Amino acid sequence: MREITYAQAVKEAMSEEMRCDPDVFFMGEDIGVYGGAFGISNGMLAEFGPERVRDTPISENGFVGAAVGAAVTGSRPIVELMFSDFMTVCFDHILNQAPKMRYMFGGKAKVPMVLRTAAGGGTGAAAQHSQSLETIYAHIPGLKVVVPSTPYDAKGLLKTAIRDDNPVIFLEQKLLYRTKGDVPEEEYTIPFGIADIKRPGADCTIITYGRMVQLSLQAAELLAQEGIDAEVIDIRTLLPLDTATLIQSVKKTKHCVIVHEAVKFAGFGGELAATIHESEAFYYLDAPVKRLGAVSAPIPFNPVLEKNCFPTVEEIVQAVRETQS
Amino acid sequence: MPTTHPKALHKEFLSKMLLARKFEEQVQTLFAQGLVHGTTHLGIGEEATAVGTILAAEPQDYLLATHRGHNHALAKGVDINAMMAEILAKSDGVCKGKGGSMHIADLDKGILGANGILGSSAPIACGAGMTIRRRGEDRIVLCFFGDGAANLGAVHEAMNLAALWNLPVLFVLVNNTYGMSLHISKASSDPDLTKRAYPFGIPAETVDGNDVIAVYDTVKHARDYVVEHGPMLIVENTYRISGHSKSDGNLYRTKAEIAEWREKCPILRHKKYLLDKEIFTAEAIDEMDKETTAIIEAAVAYGKASPEPSLDTILTDIYA
Repeated sequence: MREITYAQAVKEAMSEEMRCDPDVFFMGEDIGVYGGAFGISNGMLAEFGPERVRDTPISENGFVGAAVGAAVTGSRPIVELMFSDFMTVCFDHILNQAPKMRYMFGGKAKVPMVLRTAAGGGTGAAAQHSQSLETIYAHIPGLKVVVPSTPYDAKGLLKTAIRDDNPVIFLEQKLLYRTKGDVPEEEYTIPFGIADIKRPGADCTIITYGRMVQLSLQAAELLAQEGIDAEVIDIRTLLPLDTATLIQSVKKTKHCVIVHEAVKFAGFGGELAATIHESEAFYYLDAPVKRLGAVSAPIPFNPVLEKNCFPTVEEIVQAVRETQS
Repeated sequence: MPTTHPKALHKEFLSKMLLARKFEEQVQTLFAQGLVHGTTHLGIGEEATAVGTILAAEPQDYLLATHRGHNHALAKGVDINAMMAEILAKSDGVCKGKGGSMHIADLDKGILGANGILGSSAPIACGAGMTIRRRGEDRIVLCFFGDGAANLGAVHEAMNLAALWNLPVLFVLVNNTYGMSLHISKASSDPDLTKRAYPFGIPAETVDGNDVIAVYDTVKHARDYVVEHGPMLIVENTYRISGHSKSDGNLYRTKAEIAEWREKCPILRHKKYLLDKEIFTAEAIDEMDKETTAIIEAAVAYGKASPEPSLDTILTDIYA
């Protein structure tokens, strides 16, 4: 099978959907000639023209709101928000408008829009360009929240997002854009709400998503050398969440470690831990559920300080070891 | 000077304004009786802005209303029974009882919603305009907002986008003099709100918002301009006779001021015009009044008889 990057996978998903559905269009800051801040949309302007690949001014509240209006009138906009941190200046549309229209309007409205944005740290971009804020979105009924970890998942999940009739927050991982993976040439989509067992194992379930999937897989390889067989589950979508796969896995392994890049305190890991605790899996646990996440600090600029904010492979290995003792 | 408007249009002006007024007075009464929960924002005194504007537009035009949006919804033709049922939070409400006064919407009529967040309708209006342009449709977007919302960044961002992308959006600024309690002179550095459009190259006009004919004529021309050239702003100056919401003690204005504006009521004014010009007799106007009262009474009966939404609807219509 051919290998492409995560960034190429995102572009392919958008381009394929735009080719087959004239209602789909794409807008965002510097997505045209510039090709997007992360180079995702290189070449799309030439293929689709400036009406369907529309550069926006630095006016997030304006163009994210416009996406809501376009969606509710029958268009299917994809919006690129350059950094996920910028959702703070258009949060009204993400929180009060897009996810509530259908409900408030008695089921008559549909808001088929995708908000794609680059999330996560590790790039030296400091406190306002490095956050992982997915928990905030996942807290809002009416939204769907996707965090893909591989090129294959990015493409299949984004195609599903574009075809979905609801507002979807699609959180791409900056540090994964250049990673490569197998992606078939043939058409495929990946349904929401289906977790993916990235590595089967018998001794401990590592529940994770986004960039931490890679680190968890590396940790699992190291643990295997010690005779600990970890299962790595990538939840892929936070909302809807595939609770059944998580519960089933923990019942099997009897141990659970949760890993995410977002701040640990009040992070999505709390929801995942509660999912286990509130289910029958609780009675199978041989050790308390452990959570790993970023420290409670704004992301610092200094590279050594920044690196130490996030969970590391060594910490994941250590956490799994502790559950086995 | 003889009127240039057909008699049927004058009848529609008056009957729609009466419908809006009597609807809101009825809502006030139901509120006092404890039959309406939550809150409502009434636009008593502002009827000519909604009716004149919406009758000058075309039925296929989209509309975004403000949180004070009963007038807009009724003028645009939302079923009055479904409106009243919604105010009463019933299952036959236009939003199945889940939106209420502040979120009246009817997509079948092109109403993309009243909005509880001020100013947010403006960027949404731009997006509706994008769909219209993309599909080459023969319609525009009426984007209502108030003098209070005029100070929001969202409105300025939207005006920039509408001008930049040449979107068919008519910005309708209903200046009702107060943003809740704050007089426009205490909220806007320059109370001439037409100037808000100029930095974006958007033309603007002011009209007496209590003169339904003037509003209609102004918007008729404005709509033609929007279809041909792109966005425009109309500032419709009026006055909110009713309080901001149910909790308003009117501490920020005098009784004399309110009384003065009651004299300038757009409905009284239009009735007087119709009599002076001998377009309708007093008896005919009285008949319209009675017909409207009967429609409202029927709507209240419909709303009261409508069942409460079933509990399982808490979790329906969240996702498509």
